[in-house]
Amino acid sequence: MSDPVLPLGGTQYEGLVDVREAGPQGMIALRGNLADASLQEAVTSLTGLPMPDMRGAQVLGESGVLWMSPDELLLLVPYRQAARVCAQLSEALQGQLALVENVSDMRAMFRLRGTQLRDVLAKLAPVDFARDALPVGELRRTRFAQVAAGVWFSDDTTAQVFCFRSVAEYMFNLLCTAADPDAFVGFHAG
Amino acid sequence: MSTRLTTGGRLVDRSSDIRFTFNGKTFRGHEGDTLASALLANDQMLVGRSFKYHRPRGVVASGAEEPNALMNLGRDNTHEPNQRATTTELFNGLQATSQNHWPSLDYDIGALNGLFGRFLTAGFYYKMFIHPRPFWKHLYEPFIRQSAGLGRAPDPETRDPDTYEHFHAFVDVVVIGGGVAGLQAAKAAADSGAKVLVLEQTAHWGGRAPVDGGSIDGMTPGEWVRKTVEALEGMENVTLRTRSMGAGVYDHGYLLGYERLTDHAPFMKGPRHRLWRIRAKQIVTATGAIERPLSFAGNDIPGVMLASAMRDYLVNYGVVAGQKTVVVTNNDDAYRTAIALKQAGVQVPAVIDARQMGGGALMEQAKSLGIRVETGRAIAKVKGGKRVTGVAICAMAGGGAMLEEIKCDTVAMSGGWSPVVHLWSHCGGKLTWDEEHAFFRPDPERAPTSHDGLPFVTVTGSANGEMDLKSVLEGADRAGKTSGKAAGGKPRRFAPPKGESAEEMPLRPVWLMPENAWDDLRMKSWLDYQNDVKVSDVQLAAREGYESVEHTKRYTTLGMATDQGKLSNINGLATLAASLGEEIPQVGTTTFRPPYTPISMGAIAGEARGEIFQPIRKTPMHAWHEKHGAAWEPVGHWRRPYCYPQQGESKHDAVHREVLATRESLGLLDASTLGKIIVKGPDAGRFLDMLYTNMMSTLKPGRCRYGLMCTENGFLTDDGVVARIDEDTFLCHTTTGGADRIHAHMEEWLQTEWWDWKVYTANVTEQYAQVAVVGPNARNLLEKLGGMDVGKDMLPFMAWADGTLAGFPVRVYRISFSGELSYEIAVPANLGRAFWDRVVEAGKEWNITPYGTEALHVMRAEKGFIMIGDETDGTVIPQDLGLHWAISKKKEDYLGKRAQERSHMADPNRWQLVGLETVDGSVLPDGAYSVAPGRNANGQRNTQGRVTSTYHSPTLGKGIAMGLVHNGPDRMGEIIPFIRDDGETVVEARIVSPVFFDPEGEKQNV
Repeated sequence: MSDPVLPLGGTQYEGLVDVREAGPQGMIALRGNLADASLQEAVTSLTGLPMPDMRGAQVLGESGVLWMSPDELLLLVPYRQAARVCAQLSEALQGQLALVENVSDMRAMFRLRGTQLRDVLAKLAPVDFARDALPVGELRRTRFAQVAAGVWFSDDTTAQVFCFRSVAEYMFNLLCTAADPDAFVGFHAG
Repeated sequence: MSTRLTTGGRLVDRSSDIRFTFNGKTFRGHEGDTLASALLANDQMLVGRSFKYHRPRGVVASGAEEPNALMNLGRDNTHEPNQRATTTELFNGLQATSQNHWPSLDYDIGALNGLFGRFLTAGFYYKMFIHPRPFWKHLYEPFIRQSAGLGRAPDPETRDPDTYEHFHAFVDVVVIGGGVAGLQAAKAAADSGAKVLVLEQTAHWGGRAPVDGGSIDGMTPGEWVRKTVEALEGMENVTLRTRSMGAGVYDHGYLLGYERLTDHAPFMKGPRHRLWRIRAKQIVTATGAIERPLSFAGNDIPGVMLASAMRDYLVNYGVVAGQKTVVVTNNDDAYRTAIALKQAGVQVPAVIDARQMGGGALMEQAKSLGIRVETGRAIAKVKGGKRVTGVAICAMAGGGAMLEEIKCDTVAMSGGWSPVVHLWSHCGGKLTWDEEHAFFRPDPERAPTSHDGLPFVTVTGSANGEMDLKSVLEGADRAGKTSGKAAGGKPRRFAPPKGESAEEMPLRPVWLMPENAWDDLRMKSWLDYQNDVKVSDVQLAAREGYESVEHTKRYTTLGMATDQGKLSNINGLATLAASLGEEIPQVGTTTFRPPYTPISMGAIAGEARGEIFQPIRKTPMHAWHEKHGAAWEPVGHWRRPYCYPQQGESKHDAVHREVLATRESLGLLDASTLGKIIVKGPDAGRFLDMLYTNMMSTLKPGRCRYGLMCTENGFLTDDGVVARIDEDTFLCHTTTGGADRIHAHMEEWLQTEWWDWKVYTANVTEQYAQVAVVGPNARNLLEKLGGMDVGKDMLPFMAWADGTLAGFPVRVYRISFSGELSYEIAVPANLGRAFWDRVVEAGKEWNITPYGTEALHVMRAEKGFIMIGDETDGTVIPQDLGLHWAISKKKEDYLGKRAQERSHMADPNRWQLVGLETVDGSVLPDGAYSVAPGRNANGQRNTQGRVTSTYHSPTLGKGIAMGLVHNGPDRMGEIIPFIRDDGETVVEARIVSPVFFDPEGEKQNV
């Protein structure tokens, strides 16, 4: 089968930060009792990553575990493995109350990179993007202008932003507008 | 004349040459000038006409408080009215025009209003124009609109070429105001380790101190400011922003800042304004004070200015407003102006001091410079028309008998100072009356409080009523330490800087000059320059019974103009208090509301313009629709094809073609926008039984059921097909607009009421693209694609199955909203477009025809299927729509059940759904009412029903409609009258069954 079609076909922009459409990214929504040992065991063994703390983003390459809410995780897996992992996870959680859904096509993802990253993001989301307020490895679910979004920093100058697929174009245009090279702010030290 | 001196002007670069135009005439100025200082440097004293009387007006102030010098700036796309010349930085090519004059600034016909001024007093509009009623709309209002007003609204056809943005900032301490108080507070707070943001509305640090003099730690204020700013710039935890105004303080430390990035240099790229949306743990308002005018006759004649403003123009820009200046005051500060002017070579014929004993050290200094000082005196009136020519001097006590006339071309007035308490007050900070200084100052005991009941705003400097450098700096240091500590910092034990300034004698409160000014003088004593309100107006209001300052404000319009009464408020309420025989604090102030000065609409909109004005949700097939000429319809935030007009085809024709092609052979619909919510868990069936009116728990895996959802008030809120995936799992389809709302509705019930039910939900709407293949050839097409059995035995009506079609992983639902043989096929979103293309290709032999929402609507109406939002409007219950079959009688409860048992809901007189056919075959107007005999209590015609959906049916070749009609189902065959939009023309329609097409369902069940 051909490669999965990205919402915007893999577009990019260079401004105050580099904006690049990321993915495809396998994603599995998991709702359940996050304190349950067998659930934790299933999640950590299938992703190879530790359970995240509250608001945590445990990510390594194409794999990850994002803490979405007190009873929801978003597992990141390589796109082609999503269906298999989904089935394995459902199997492992058989008999306990949990919801497992392959949602790999539901979202658009963007990778933002650059020293002005925190200032660019702060134009769009009502979030404290200071290093100590949103450290590397912490996920923030919020809004970017008028749409729901999530964001985490994978290192000091790289952030991953995701939103729903239908608003991918709006999100990309927002990010480009905020990253206009003539719209430097200079609030968060670069 | 007003002119620029050969030396001086600390803010202007005299080597620069800037050209700008005012009313089409070219002038020259310097870098660093404001538009006001540059106009004065060019002897342009007259800058506008007043609101009501069209009196000539000149610059009166030097900052944000300016009421008179309002300009139209720019032209065409960049035209902006009501811009203050005093806060507009000059740039090459600036274009300004004055406002509210006709035909020209110098010769204004409207000035005739002044002759009728006696009749245009407070409350004039209310009294004069109330009768006869129709005259207001047709005669009075057009005339008043022509005559009154300020700036010209931009042409609606123009488009703002600039960009704007928002910025969210989170800090420990925000300091509003970059004068010496703000800077010291910022320094003390930053020393405590707090993260500090300082906002200064002008382009310069230091506020008034460099103009007013004195010394700080042995330095001039200017030197100290430079050093302190340098120190703050070197601190990592401090952000300094000039041209950034603190616009409003809101609950819990929320603060709006308004940064003007390119107003001073429009050729610069990037956003013009930036709206800072700030969360601060603590806010320090160091917003300074504003000098008050004095109320004497002719105080609005061009050439009468605030004493401090005159000093600003001299020291900052090297500009003097005149050659011969009389200073009139009730305090010591104005002597600084007299001294500065005298030292700059301007003649100062006299200082008129209302105080019997005069002032202190500053007065002595003025005298020693040879300036004549008259104490216990007042200005009876200013002489002149478009320019001051002299002043009549009288005793302060008395009615205004002239003692002497002094020739002059300018008057510098000072009525004392008013702390800028706006930002302190926005979020509930209270004020207290300071008897000694005759002003309202913040009451530190009643500060704005946050969620914890503790103060989050601290006020300092002259905004706090501290009027000498020593107490300003000590207070600011304290404020910085206090707020730094409250924000979690550790204040350092540095001593505050030592400020020294001349000692001042107390002022004498003067609200009217002279004390008992005669009527004709009071009628020329202006309080509010911008709205033309005089002392006599406020006194009249008081005589007419207006006691509340808020009522008086609205009756007289005092303080209601674009300057929000920055100069006039205190003088106005003092005048009111005097008229009422009350103390000023008893009368109180009007309410201070954000923003401090107007902010641009662009800044409020931020980035939301053009293609990112609003998110437009797009399905995976959106680009195909676009390419094939879709006419769009907004549905929620989605854009869905309404129809696909081909070349030369009208929308109506396109819909007609799409419906017929689908009914005859094969149609195709992008149904991706429908909501898809997974509901899973052992209690999922029980949960859905509560959410839907019908029984969902008995649905077999592999099967689908149409369901209705009601609110707890019984009204229909959504509908859709539910598919049971397995024993524990359901997939609920919602309407396009209902997906997020219904998901939230589910979560709310699960999280608040049924928190112990074992159910999880997930909104997976966007995971799938969904394609409806509709029409007699639908099955043929699917069989051609191949991969799974879609025959009527394996996949009967209202069943679903997983499989592959043409190699695509699919889930096929055999459901129908058109009455045709129909399949809805879900594929992962990334494959949506490829699958659609494949279907289009494969369907060619059957003339596959993509159809839009309108054809969908027509076909469902032909079948009598309801549409949420057409047949329902939030007041309709399922029983109204004849949907009793979808309401389970067996269930003990469901959301809405009890509400539907209430008497009004069970009332047989509720209007009920029927079909409607016009007698002449025409299409009924949408929403039309059917009239019944008689009229109601309001004289309106009685009604007996209304149209909820109406279309031309291509299938039947006539107009069809659905509607809610009183006793409708019992009146089959009856003809009732509907009224067209004109309110008169009657269209007769026959009541029929709402199912117009294939009532037995033979077509969909094949």
